[in-house]
Amino acid sequence: MNLSNRRYILSGIIVLFGLIFVARLFYLQVASDNWKAKAAVLTEEKIRIYPSRGLIYDRESELLVANRAIYDLMVTPRQTSEFDSLAFCELVGISMNELREKIDKAVRYSRYKASVLKKQIDPSDYARISEQLHKYPGFFGQVRTVRNYQKGIGAHLLGDFAETNPKDLKKDNYYRQGDYIGKSGIESVYEEQLRGIKGSKYVLVDVRNNIQESLSEGDYDTTAVSGSDLTITIDAELQAYAEKLMVNKLGSVVAIEPSTGEILALVSSPGYNPNLLVGAQRGKNYKVLSTDSLKPLYNRALQGQYRPGSIFKMVQSLIALEHDFITPQTRISCNRGIIGCHGAHSYDDLEGAIIHSCNPYFHQVMKRMVEQGEETSRFKDSRLGLASWNKHIKRFGFGTDLRTDLPGMKSGNVPDPSYYDGIYGELAWAYSTIYSISIGEGELLVNPLQMANLAAIIANRGYYYPPHVIRSIGNEGKPEAFRTPISCGVKEEHFTPVVNAMQKVIEQPGGTARRARIEGIEVCGKTGTVQNDPLPDHSVFMSFAPKENPQIAISVYVESSGFGGTWAAPISALLIEKYLTDSISDPRKEQRILDAVFLGP
Amino acid sequence: MTAQRSGDIRKNLDWSTFAITLALVACGWVSIYSAAYTPEHTAIFDFKSEHGKQLIWIGICAIIGLVLLNTEGEFFIRFSVISYVVVLVLLILVLIIGKKVGGARSWFGIGSFSIQPSEFAKTTTALMLAWFIAQTGSKFKALGTRLQAGLILLIPAGFIMLQPDAGTVLVFAGFIFAMYREGLSGNLLIAGFGAIILTIVAILSGASVFTYPFAGEQSGIYMMLIVLTILAGLFFLGVRTFTLPRYRKKNNRIVLLALVGALGFSYMVNYGIEDILKPHQRERIYVLFGMNSNPDAAYNINNAKAAIGAGGWTGKGFMNGPMTRYKFVPEQHTDFIFSSIGEEWGFLGSTLVIGLFLALILRIIALAERQRSQFSRVYGYAVASIIFMHILINIGMVLGIAPVIGIPLPFFSYGGSSLMGFAILIFIMLRLDAERYSVFR
Repeated sequence: MNLSNRRYILSGIIVLFGLIFVARLFYLQVASDNWKAKAAVLTEEKIRIYPSRGLIYDRESELLVANRAIYDLMVTPRQTSEFDSLAFCELVGISMNELREKIDKAVRYSRYKASVLKKQIDPSDYARISEQLHKYPGFFGQVRTVRNYQKGIGAHLLGDFAETNPKDLKKDNYYRQGDYIGKSGIESVYEEQLRGIKGSKYVLVDVRNNIQESLSEGDYDTTAVSGSDLTITIDAELQAYAEKLMVNKLGSVVAIEPSTGEILALVSSPGYNPNLLVGAQRGKNYKVLSTDSLKPLYNRALQGQYRPGSIFKMVQSLIALEHDFITPQTRISCNRGIIGCHGAHSYDDLEGAIIHSCNPYFHQVMKRMVEQGEETSRFKDSRLGLASWNKHIKRFGFGTDLRTDLPGMKSGNVPDPSYYDGIYGELAWAYSTIYSISIGEGELLVNPLQMANLAAIIANRGYYYPPHVIRSIGNEGKPEAFRTPISCGVKEEHFTPVVNAMQKVIEQPGGTARRARIEGIEVCGKTGTVQNDPLPDHSVFMSFAPKENPQIAISVYVESSGFGGTWAAPISALLIEKYLTDSISDPRKEQRILDAVFLGP
Repeated sequence: MTAQRSGDIRKNLDWSTFAITLALVACGWVSIYSAAYTPEHTAIFDFKSEHGKQLIWIGICAIIGLVLLNTEGEFFIRFSVISYVVVLVLLILVLIIGKKVGGARSWFGIGSFSIQPSEFAKTTTALMLAWFIAQTGSKFKALGTRLQAGLILLIPAGFIMLQPDAGTVLVFAGFIFAMYREGLSGNLLIAGFGAIILTIVAILSGASVFTYPFAGEQSGIYMMLIVLTILAGLFFLGVRTFTLPRYRKKNNRIVLLALVGALGFSYMVNYGIEDILKPHQRERIYVLFGMNSNPDAAYNINNAKAAIGAGGWTGKGFMNGPMTRYKFVPEQHTDFIFSSIGEEWGFLGSTLVIGLFLALILRIIALAERQRSQFSRVYGYAVASIIFMHILINIGMVLGIAPVIGIPLPFFSYGGSSLMGFAILIFIMLRLDAERYSVFR
């Protein structure tokens, strides 16, 4: 064999390996995108630019909610070098143990990516820290936007704006860990409008994750779009006054402008200053508020479900008139054998029954509606009657969400036949079993917003707009849904006797709400006194004013305080006077309310 | 013929080899400029920077080249034994007084410069091997002579192993190509490739688990041994059926020998990886086969692959690759320099570099073949083998198809010893080639 032929074998081997390399290169560089993607992950970073969150103004364009900056102290483990940890701890205000724990945790998360070392440092503290921060490479401040409540009112209504939790992050990929989100109230409902659109900036980073330059001269960058400012329907002055009057009481105030459905005030008491839940003290304050036995975080105006008591007699009257079970002249004797009553009267017509809040009268009215005699069986008859009654009641918004824009509302309970079937069994109940709902007691549950809405329906003589807080999103105005009236199914004419009676409740001697009188304003209202054994009764008042062309409809609920006329009525009167005249004519009335304390047992 | 015999080095120099080499050095320098770039040192002649220092080395190599080209070829032949011995002494000395860099004692530190004797050992061993084979002439067929030749390689390789520097030792294995050209049995090459294939299969099967009848779940290595035995059985039957009776005995013996060898080798591979290799070496093997979940072990190679992948067809352009620019690949101006070529010059540029290397090796083989002197031919093949082994291991490593073994890419990787070593290899070859007509040794 000629050995010189072996050069071809050797050359062949060499060329073969060369081809293998070229094939491998082709795979890595051209055929596969994996490695390109991996390089991009390593070298490119998307920096999010946070838009400023929309501000919130009241109906008079008074600024309610502004933004302010707060700082998170971040650490990127890879960028740190040895430092004087004792001095650092003193500067930042954490313990050595805490520092060690946080850094361990940060390392476990990522050496190259930043983790939070200390959250929510107020700007004044941060200014002091940032002066020294150059001594500690790898540590830097990340600015966050938090809310600044200009007037310290409307905590429940405005809602909480706080850091996202894992559930929020999962639900919407707009958010990144550490981002803030509206958790409740207006902040949560209008989150998408308020938050705006994040911008992004793509940069190249080096192996230590230091930013070096922008990618492709910023061709892929997008600018942030600020969130829309909101104008809400709240009257800040009225809201503040209502909150002031409700101090030291448990309960709620809801005021609505009947001609639009705009909520003028919505108070749950006890409340709190929303600024307490912002910034460095949030954690501590939140703990105090959430463990308070009076539940200040609980929004009674939307989530409180109460028996409405006598104010419900207005609804009964209107339905009975509409469906011809009574006329305004119908008289019924005050038979106190079945159901108790109070005051001196014996054989009232409708107006008298409303003024005196006659229980037997409305027991009989509802009996007529429920026992219509369609079936011979009392039980079957009551089922039919209750079913149609339920439908009528719901048209007043009870047992529904009222299509309001406020979140977290509990819609209450308007019993229907299947509800009682569940309690007593099918055909095991009749009107005689369930009559206490006729006077707004028993299983009937409504919330304060629904009570105020009832006042608005009566003020409007037959219809309501979904009660809402949004007046304008940016400059776009109000969503169409809130500009369409909803009828309650009762003709306007039937309201005349009811409204007249409600005026006399306040103005006639012997009316139950004499304390709600205001010189020069025709106020219409109805008291309610809801049994609350063994504690004192809940005091309820529903009213609107003035009688013609009403400007405000209002419900006040004061828990465990006594008669509706004694506490809820005068509070309503003060609010109405304040709203309509912007003044208080009798400071003694005001002082009486401010001095009252009803904080339960 | 007179011109050719005149000894005018300019006329007889193989300019194409020279040009390819120059092109590689130029590409290498540009790559170093980019891979070792720091904003503080941008000037080409900034001698504090890596690219500046490399420029000095290139200059020194040019002077060495001029000297070597003007040295009589006869000198190299006489010099081969002495240089071989001198470098051997240096290899021993470096183990004693060398400076430890990265766990290996392979550098002499002289002032701010360091020198790596193993880079020169490749050259001196090539000269020594050429001298020895040329001495023995046709006697290279004898087993004793071959063993002596083997010893010439094994002595320096052994000392280098002690440093330890596995990469350079592997380069010494490349001398088998040169010996093969001189008559060494091709079975050695076949056995070599067989060993590589067996190693791969043994590692893969050793890492997997099979369910065996009667024995339950066991390492896949046993399955591999079983398959090998069955294959041998089939060969045995084939031998009985298809070969003439007089060859049967011999063939049966080969099948049996191959079987025992393969079984033993496969088992040894597994044993070796589990019990002999150091943990970081074992991890490098596992990384290669994608069997490692430790991100730190795979960090270097994964980033190198990402950099190359990011290059695409045409690359990001000079100084424009973010992986290279921001130092994502450790050792990117030395052993991993091919990753920055991949990122900045893309598939086309990388292929061009591989093409240049192939052209250089094939050209050197062509030069070797046209020598009338056996010394020059053996030396030429040795040079080709050394360069081939370097690119095989280095580029294979960076592309993720060979384990991570620290070895420079010729003419590209930053470092004076490496560049000088290759310059000396090439220039001696060019000188020997230039006087091929005037001598007959």
